[in-house]
Amino acid sequence: MSTTEPAVQLRGAGRRYGERAALRDVTLDLAAGQTLVVFGPNGAGKTTLLRMLATLLRPHAGEVRVLGHELPDDGYAVRGRIGFLGHEPLLYRELTGRENLRFHARLHRAAPARVDELLDAVGMRARADDPVAELSRGMVQRLAVARAVLHEPELLLLDEPLANLDPAAAAQVAPLIGPGCGATRVLTSHDPAGGLQGADLALGLKAARVTFLAPAGEISPDQIGELYA
Amino acid sequence: MRSTVATLLRKELTLEWRTRESVPAMVLFSIATYVVFHFGLDRDRVAGDLASGVLVVTLLFAAILGVNRLFVAEHEQGGFDGFLLAPVDRTAMLVAKAVALFCFLCIVEVVALPAFALLLLGPPLTQALGPLVLVLLLANAGIAVIGTLVAGLAIQTRARDLIVPLLALPLLVPVVLAAARSATPLLQDGGAGELPGNWMATLAIYDLLFALIAYAVFDFLLED
Repeated sequence: MSTTEPAVQLRGAGRRYGERAALRDVTLDLAAGQTLVVFGPNGAGKTTLLRMLATLLRPHAGEVRVLGHELPDDGYAVRGRIGFLGHEPLLYRELTGRENLRFHARLHRAAPARVDELLDAVGMRARADDPVAELSRGMVQRLAVARAVLHEPELLLLDEPLANLDPAAAAQVAPLIGPGCGATRVLTSHDPAGGLQGADLALGLKAARVTFLAPAGEISPDQIGELYA
Repeated sequence: MRSTVATLLRKELTLEWRTRESVPAMVLFSIATYVVFHFGLDRDRVAGDLASGVLVVTLLFAAILGVNRLFVAEHEQGGFDGFLLAPVDRTAMLVAKAVALFCFLCIVEVVALPAFALLLLGPPLTQALGPLVLVLLLANAGIAVIGTLVAGLAIQTRARDLIVPLLALPLLVPVVLAAARSATPLLQDGGAGELPGNWMATLAIYDLLFALIAYAVFDFLLED
């Protein structure tokens, strides 16, 4: 990817599930190092957008370029450079937190020492050897954050990343996935104030369509509120 | 790809060790089936083609239990997404799952074979054991490859429990036939005969054919 090329570039991107459109005609550029926050009610297409950028869903219309590579054809080239934190933690319930992170570290060829480093960073060192099935949802979410950033991804795709986290835990994971983490970020949020904080660009989706796309500073909480009306 | 397969296989075996969902069910099913045959046939001992048929068909149905559960953790706990996000060869999952299923079948047979000899088999197993293990290893390979392919397909559907036997059993008929025919002379009264080379070759070729087919199409099963 050249230094001037956007980290994420969409041109009329769309996706259907059967006959139902889940996302229509999204066009945007997101520069490397910037943050895009996506607002919208349930079913608006936020998760579909993130999964498409993560190479987990094929676009059915338009063009999608991520980190300089066309999707889905060049998907292999960008996997491993993307960190994805979705609604599911992508952790095996019968494995411990440490075993899960080691498993993902091996798949991503991340240094084994990174596992302990991240367990400390998310405050899970003391419960690292408990099966995930025995942890609270907030603890599982902290492990999921650690999993998503194990391989130091260039692009973070975060679907309501602070869900299930108490304020202290949210502050603890902020250096890893927050505005100062250094990666390009695309995140979804239902919280106007929190979502806009540290964002460069804001996208509003409703019923699979774009309702606004503007610099985050130009978006008012009222505009976001209208999405949910 | 080797390190990815090793990573996935270790995870498979650890999960099975912790949950004990597949192997114990397969073992219990096999033993229960031999007990049912023991009373159902109203015979204390079987030999020849009947013995080989009972042995192989029971192991096949036990294998279906394992095939059904092969991708459940991936489907229900996000394992597919976690794997698809990694920069690895997707065929590694096919290989790891097939090797895991192969291992499960071998473990089942370590218990099921003596149970079969004890409950049903007339001729002594000792003389036939070596060649019979060879037959079962080839049969396990075929079941593992075809089972993994079918399980990967069925997990994407809502009717997994129906689709697996519907697809797997017809595809596994040649494996059952070749394995049973190969094992028949080994389980005859009056001492174990020679392994029939033609049936062993048929079994090996069928295994190889499906290994190639699975290798070619497995990527597409994981695609959106």
